[in-house]
Amino acid sequence: MCRNLHQVAERVEALGQFVMKTRRTLKGHGNKVLCMDWCKDKRRIVSSSQDGKVIVWDSFTTNKEHAVTMPCTWVMACAYAPSGCAIACGGLDNKCSVYPLTFDKNENMAAKKKSVAMHTNYLSACSFTNSDMQILTASGDGTCALWDVESGQLLQSFHGHGADVLCLDLAPSETGNTFVSGGCDKKAMVWDMRSGQCVQAFETHESDINSVRYYPSGDAFASGSDDATCRLYDLRADREVAIYSKESIIFGASSVDFSLSGRLLFAGYNDYTINVWDVLKGSRVSILFGHENRVSTLRVSPDGTAFCSGSWDHTLRVWA
Amino acid sequence: MAADPARPPGSPRAQMPHLRKMERVVVSMQDPDQGVKMRSQRLLVTVIPHAVTGRDVVQWLAQKFCVSEEEALHLGAVLVLHGYIYPLRDPRSLVLRPDETPYRFQTPYFWTSTLWPAAELDYAIYLAKKNIQKQGALVDYEKECYDRLHKKISHVWDLVLMQAREQLRAAKQRRKGDRLVIAFQEQTYWLVNRPPPGAPSVLEQGPERGSRTASHVHMTKSADFYTREIEYCRRALGRTRVKSSVCLEAYLSFCDQHGPHDPLVSGCLPSNPWISDDDAYWVMNAPTVAAPTKLRVERWGFSFKELLEDPMGRAHFMDFLGKEFSGENLSFWEACEELRYGAQAQVPTLVDAVYQQFLAPGAARWVNIDSRTMERTLEGLRQPHRYVLDAAQLHIYMLMKKDSYPRFLKSDIYRGLLAEAGILLETKRRVFPFTRRPRRSSPSPALLPTPVEPTAASGPAGGDGVA
Repeated sequence: MCRNLHQVAERVEALGQFVMKTRRTLKGHGNKVLCMDWCKDKRRIVSSSQDGKVIVWDSFTTNKEHAVTMPCTWVMACAYAPSGCAIACGGLDNKCSVYPLTFDKNENMAAKKKSVAMHTNYLSACSFTNSDMQILTASGDGTCALWDVESGQLLQSFHGHGADVLCLDLAPSETGNTFVSGGCDKKAMVWDMRSGQCVQAFETHESDINSVRYYPSGDAFASGSDDATCRLYDLRADREVAIYSKESIIFGASSVDFSLSGRLLFAGYNDYTINVWDVLKGSRVSILFGHENRVSTLRVSPDGTAFCSGSWDHTLRVWA
Repeated sequence: MAADPARPPGSPRAQMPHLRKMERVVVSMQDPDQGVKMRSQRLLVTVIPHAVTGRDVVQWLAQKFCVSEEEALHLGAVLVLHGYIYPLRDPRSLVLRPDETPYRFQTPYFWTSTLWPAAELDYAIYLAKKNIQKQGALVDYEKECYDRLHKKISHVWDLVLMQAREQLRAAKQRRKGDRLVIAFQEQTYWLVNRPPPGAPSVLEQGPERGSRTASHVHMTKSADFYTREIEYCRRALGRTRVKSSVCLEAYLSFCDQHGPHDPLVSGCLPSNPWISDDDAYWVMNAPTVAAPTKLRVERWGFSFKELLEDPMGRAHFMDFLGKEFSGENLSFWEACEELRYGAQAQVPTLVDAVYQQFLAPGAARWVNIDSRTMERTLEGLRQPHRYVLDAAQLHIYMLMKKDSYPRFLKSDIYRGLLAEAGILLETKRRVFPFTRRPRRSSPSPALLPTPVEPTAASGPAGGDGVA
């Protein structure tokens, strides 16, 4: 009989009281915020919204540094390049475009735009790999793909999902090249980037998987779904090892991320709240109110000092 | 009202599991024994039965789900926003007040999941009824919708007016109490399905999922498809699975080890920049700082991966390797990383440069790989691609991890760094804790000149650190 994580963690000390508050509110989007990503400098972020606007902020000072308007609406994916010199975004245009960031007032950011990925349906997620020169994308056409930014060449495609792919996350592994994706077919699939093959698949959710994120050690990943639960899947044991749910949580989880040590799991929900889970014990540590519409995106900062949430209420909040 | 029977499979209704869950909650709230206390509510001269107060709703939810009143209030507010509970006094405002304000449960006929999507014809009839009943009863946005619908479905407008009149006539034959209730129910339904401008549309789901293009993804079940399926299953069967107990213990030890380094769990010294508005923490932990903090140096000892990920850790490790005359191993590994994540157009150049510098017989910085791996690598170099050096890179990585890394941790370099790194004192509390500190801006990475990394192509001799 397999034991689950919460049973094993009974002997672990419980966490103390958590007081997390909104420390910054970023206002400037005129419409629903759909996605955000942190820069490696731990303070800048890029965010995208329904009306096509993509904004780069220094969220510590709340200043806007760059803004570009995409030619499409519902920009559901955006990512910051590892160097901090470019951003990628896409959505209903079925493409992923890369914009180099420039401070030159005479240059129009849109002029240097590079069209990299082409899918046959909306772009749901994108992420740079370890460099500015490769992008991984997920799409409503049911596939993921790896692209060479310079040439726009398709390096590898990943087929296997039976429906829209909604999210992806790259593994923090030391040697391999793998990533995990989640989709409307309720499956989370782990892929080998080199061969394009699916390595492992997990199917225990009861509805669309909106978000997947690796545990910091890389041995597991968490998923958030429309079935109002978050789950933890272990890659070495090849099974689900924890469920994070509560009877009073009815709405789907749209976005999840771990704190630096993996002890906390932050999840944003469609009922406008953010729930903080104790990953080991399975209990809900805290519930955060503040957003006035559904939370659509949530990421912990690169050094773990805060996390940022974006919402359909047009704002982003940084919590610590 | 006409419900839509022919709903396509995979329709939005199936994609809204939260509706079904809300309905279950609302049904149990109306349970005669365990549900919320019901009472009759007097509205002017009419008595409405089966009403509940906002306070009772909140308390019932708090008790049933064992949550705080704040959370229960939020949950109740969400039920009201979706039209499952409606206020009797101020029916246009779908807000839950935790006091004596009376509310009623929406009839299942008008539940969102029953009648979704709302039909335009029905909306036209509803607006026509309001218009006929009392001139000027339509609010601004309703008037606009009414005019728009009139233009759009003008060919069936006679039907609309006829239905409207018929429904009004039937309503007159009911008791005043029932008539009021049905009017409230209908109004709530339309407030949810056709919200006034400015009010959030709770039924908006975003771009449609599961559309037809995705179904085309289903690969044609050719022989190739089945071969891959068989291969996948074979691999899955043969995969070594680690015992759950081992995996679970691993989480405990990882969280335990990294807990003190997690700012959100254990705080960070001198202060969390987001809370104190002071960026001292970032300054002290900058990628290239003269004196790394003790916590940072400790992390280099957690795993080889952590050491390499920190540019400063990596630089110190490079120094150490230099002293052991094995610096070329790290340089080789870095060159392989550059190849793997580099631009496609650069692949042949990079492969050649790596070969010349690290693998060719008599190369300047020859790396010691076992003969079998060397043979396979050289074979693969005939048709260079970005993964051609994977085997060699892995071999060298494991060599460093198993051999050089443990020695580094025991070395004087590392021990010295650990000892030097001071433990910080928390900044003394300011006399005036409410003074706002100016938040210092920092230069955007996009402004800084791109750091020049030593590449295999430029081939400097000697172990130098990463920029």
